[in-house]
Amino acid sequence: MDVLVDGARQAVALLVSGDAEVLSVLWTSLKVSGTATLIALLLGIPAGAALALARFPGRTLVVSAVNTGMGLPPVVVGLFVTILLWRSGPLGALEILYTPTAIVIAQAVIAAPIVTGITLAAVQNVPAAFRLQLVGLGASRTQMVWVVLREARLPMLAAIMAGFGGVISEIGASMMVGGNIKGETRTLTTAMVLETGKGNFDVAIALSILLLVLVFAINWALTAVQQRRR
Amino acid sequence: MRRSLSIVVALVLSVAVTASAQGPGSKTVILSTTTSTQDSGLLDVLLPLFEKQSGYTVKGISVGTGQALALAARGEADVTLAHAPAVEKKYVAEGKMHNRRLVMYNDFLVIGPEADPAKIRGDRSVVAALKKIAQTGARFVSRGDKSGTHVLEQNLWKAADLTPAAPWYIESGQGMGATLGIANDRQAYTLSDRATMLAFSRRLALKPMVEGDKLLLNIYSVMEVNPANGPKVNTAGGKAFADWMLSPETQAVIKTFGVDKYGQPLFVPIAGKKDEDF
Repeated sequence: MDVLVDGARQAVALLVSGDAEVLSVLWTSLKVSGTATLIALLLGIPAGAALALARFPGRTLVVSAVNTGMGLPPVVVGLFVTILLWRSGPLGALEILYTPTAIVIAQAVIAAPIVTGITLAAVQNVPAAFRLQLVGLGASRTQMVWVVLREARLPMLAAIMAGFGGVISEIGASMMVGGNIKGETRTLTTAMVLETGKGNFDVAIALSILLLVLVFAINWALTAVQQRRR
Repeated sequence: MRRSLSIVVALVLSVAVTASAQGPGSKTVILSTTTSTQDSGLLDVLLPLFEKQSGYTVKGISVGTGQALALAARGEADVTLAHAPAVEKKYVAEGKMHNRRLVMYNDFLVIGPEADPAKIRGDRSVVAALKKIAQTGARFVSRGDKSGTHVLEQNLWKAADLTPAAPWYIESGQGMGATLGIANDRQAYTLSDRATMLAFSRRLALKPMVEGDKLLLNIYSVMEVNPANGPKVNTAGGKAFADWMLSPETQAVIKTFGVDKYGQPLFVPIAGKKDEDF
């Protein structure tokens, strides 16, 4: 138990002292996972909306694939992205393996199905009668989609929370494609694994407390927006 | 909404551009190495020094020795620092790695529970101790991950003419730290490098049982990657790092590393020595 208390105390000390290494790790995590979530939103919202509104043969198959993708194991994504980005791999010419960009790519792949799936559910929850009414009032298809998306925007905040929460706490992909390089690709989670491996359990606990507080703060802000507008 | 979208796009682009700007060119060296060099904290001391002195950017990728050499053999790294001489020599013989040079050593030891069920405490011969562990069926936790430590352990079992097996032989499949935790929990024997054991000593009830046997020497070597292994091997950078590891200044840093934290050095520098010297 004493190790937990030590960890909590150390977390506060690390934050208060503005420890350069901790700040660098924190910033890398925020930057990488934030960018990955943004990319996932850019891809996932249009894809989710299209899937919710369109009817085409094989749609159930695609929706099932998205639902499976929502549970995509990060380590699987990490392995495939690593192989693609190897110097000898098909995207080796980009030379981005073991850089933050590589982690952004892997995490975007992890988060995109989550955003797509939640958008899909949110848009489908907007009653069909509402859409018919819009069209009846003379809305064009683009206008109709836009209004429906606005109507579904509150449940879609959950997509941001789930996507960001999923990637900032993921470890398998970050470790493989990032390489846990100090000052460059060391994130909160890979630093935690390293500190545990070194036997520095108090630092590892301090970092995990930081991660939890960070995710909580972001979810709190988003939830406040979501609940206020309700 | 349109404005926020353009902000998003600008952000994504700026991250992509800054990231690609720092991507590896000929000034970037990829070092594939073992977890023990990172877990001991040695890499965090050496790599910034090398970067400052050489002007290269070095990416240290810490994986098991097996994977470190496999990556190098595919040309995914430029230089390798490993600690499994038998495996290393195989790669050198196959031409995948060049110019293998000894850098430093530390030692392994067999640790185990205070009760010492196999009665090996103080044995001089590690092979004899392993035989006793197998005979009494006392629990032993193996890394089981093709790391340098695991390879050495397998060679010791071979030398003892034994094939360890469950139920008393437990494979953790994890790094040294996690394996020590499991051995501690199960009151089992295990083989650990001294650096990791010292780092964990505060939380371990296990005691040193067998140490000082010549077979327990843990020798680290640096090897350069054959440029034929892959399309983008940075031969000059890899050689620069290997040479730097063997320079008198770096060897001096290695010699005192760990003294401040553990009261004893973790590695002994041995630049210029040969395998036959041990």
